[in-house]
Amino acid sequence: MTTARRARRIGGLASVAAVVAAVVASFAYLAIDLRGLFGAEERHAMARFVAEFFPPDLSAPFLRQVGFAALQTLAVSLLGTAIPMVLGGLLALPAAGRLGMLPKWLARSLLNGLRSVPELVWASLMVLAAGLGPFAGTLALALHTTGVLGRLFAESLENASPAPEAALRDLGAGAVARFVHGTLPLIGAQCLGYTLYRWEMNIRMATILGFVGAGGLGQMLYFHLSLFQQAQAATVLVAMTILVLADDALSGWARKALSAEAH
Amino acid sequence: MSAALRLPPQRRDPLARRRVAWSVTALVLLWPLGRLAQFHPATLFDPANAHVMGSFLRGFLPPALAPEFLQLLLAATLQTLAIATAGMALAFALAVPLAFWATRSLSVSAIGPAGGRWRGRVLRQAVRSVMVLLRSIPEIVWALMFVRALDLGAAAGVLALAVTYGGMLAKVYAEILESADARPARALLQAGSGRVAALCFGLLPLAAQELVSYTVYRWECAIRAAVVMGFVGAGGLGQLMDQSFKMLSGGEVSSIALVFLALVMLADAISLALRKVLA
Repeated sequence: MTTARRARRIGGLASVAAVVAAVVASFAYLAIDLRGLFGAEERHAMARFVAEFFPPDLSAPFLRQVGFAALQTLAVSLLGTAIPMVLGGLLALPAAGRLGMLPKWLARSLLNGLRSVPELVWASLMVLAAGLGPFAGTLALALHTTGVLGRLFAESLENASPAPEAALRDLGAGAVARFVHGTLPLIGAQCLGYTLYRWEMNIRMATILGFVGAGGLGQMLYFHLSLFQQAQAATVLVAMTILVLADDALSGWARKALSAEAH
Repeated sequence: MSAALRLPPQRRDPLARRRVAWSVTALVLLWPLGRLAQFHPATLFDPANAHVMGSFLRGFLPPALAPEFLQLLLAATLQTLAIATAGMALAFALAVPLAFWATRSLSVSAIGPAGGRWRGRVLRQAVRSVMVLLRSIPEIVWALMFVRALDLGAAAGVLALAVTYGGMLAKVYAEILESADARPARALLQAGSGRVAALCFGLLPLAAQELVSYTVYRWECAIRAAVVMGFVGAGGLGQLMDQSFKMLSGGEVSSIALVFLALVMLADAISLALRKVLA
């Protein structure tokens, strides 16, 4: 065995040992007794808890309520994606360095800040600022998504070919016309793709923002679980799952359609 | 023809009509959505809300640095790291057998006229459905359920991560294994070796690097998820932050947020370094 191979093997064994040690230390720190967790009593508690969810509440008034909450969740996710499409687009211009160095740095810092705060933390903050309800959820999604989309749009802008704009400038076109007719057609499809992808993620996110009081299905689930109304919670859970699976199917279909169009 | 010549030069925006039409359609569609989402920007400037928010934000500076609080913060940080690591370990334990059953490249019935082809296909489909089901409910929903059902704190977070990330890892592991060249494994199976041996000597040498790299990346995601799950009572930094939010203690929130940012950046750096070492 050569020295290099031996060193590699020792390195590999050391990293495996480090991972195992970290896992053991984690379980020890959390004081989780896995055998206790799956012991007879806990299994009974779990089984009882699961049994309480059946049958789900399928009475017409409650279904109407769940349907309304699902629509609200969808509305939150759509607005929480549509607003960032505009705001992110506006911030992407300075972030791509079109307005000089200082605006570039400022816009990038702002986008990074917006992006690095998780949606749920924004939602907690917005519930304080705007009160309980879906508006807080919309704002939270919009703030985080603006950070993400702004950065992606800025990258597309930087990667776009400068030739069309240069040609328009040589013809005497103004700055707005240069951008709108030179660069926007180049990056439009890509930006739309990014936006659709974020919308798909935001639908998932909108269903859970309600846990901190930001409306929609999440708020309903939290509410009924807090009151130990398991049958109602089960209906909300089914609605959530349907929404997420439909979202998955739709985005898979849209992706296929888009890539078919591209080829 | 002479009429066309007399027209002034084209100064009209050729795309204007289409763009205006799209914008108007979008606004018309967004209006009812705004009503549904109770979109009332005025509430932001409501004096009562503005007062609460203002005093809360003013509290952000300086961050809370009291020794007792820092001790709590350290414990919560360690707890978050432990939840992410323990959850990943359980998810890994769940994902390996699922991926092993779901991988088409390791199908014995596919290599020749053996019995059990239908059984194999049905089993693979069943395993894949389980994986979809585990993934389709977000981890924070599982965490909320476990907190309510078993009255657990951090253990709820660990179990929630195990369930969702188990499904996710299994799916991606199976995809990575199937994208690797299947011929070595098939040759081993045809020579009469078992499925485990075919996995270890036929597929893993080709796919190990990608598998490890993806697992490290998921660990990084698990840290973020562990923080977020704290908001429904699953322990760690998130729970501490939720409490500080409810007490409107801006200084504590800003300290926790700083630690969270540092933790995410650290995990990012560690995972990047690990993946570079493996590459």
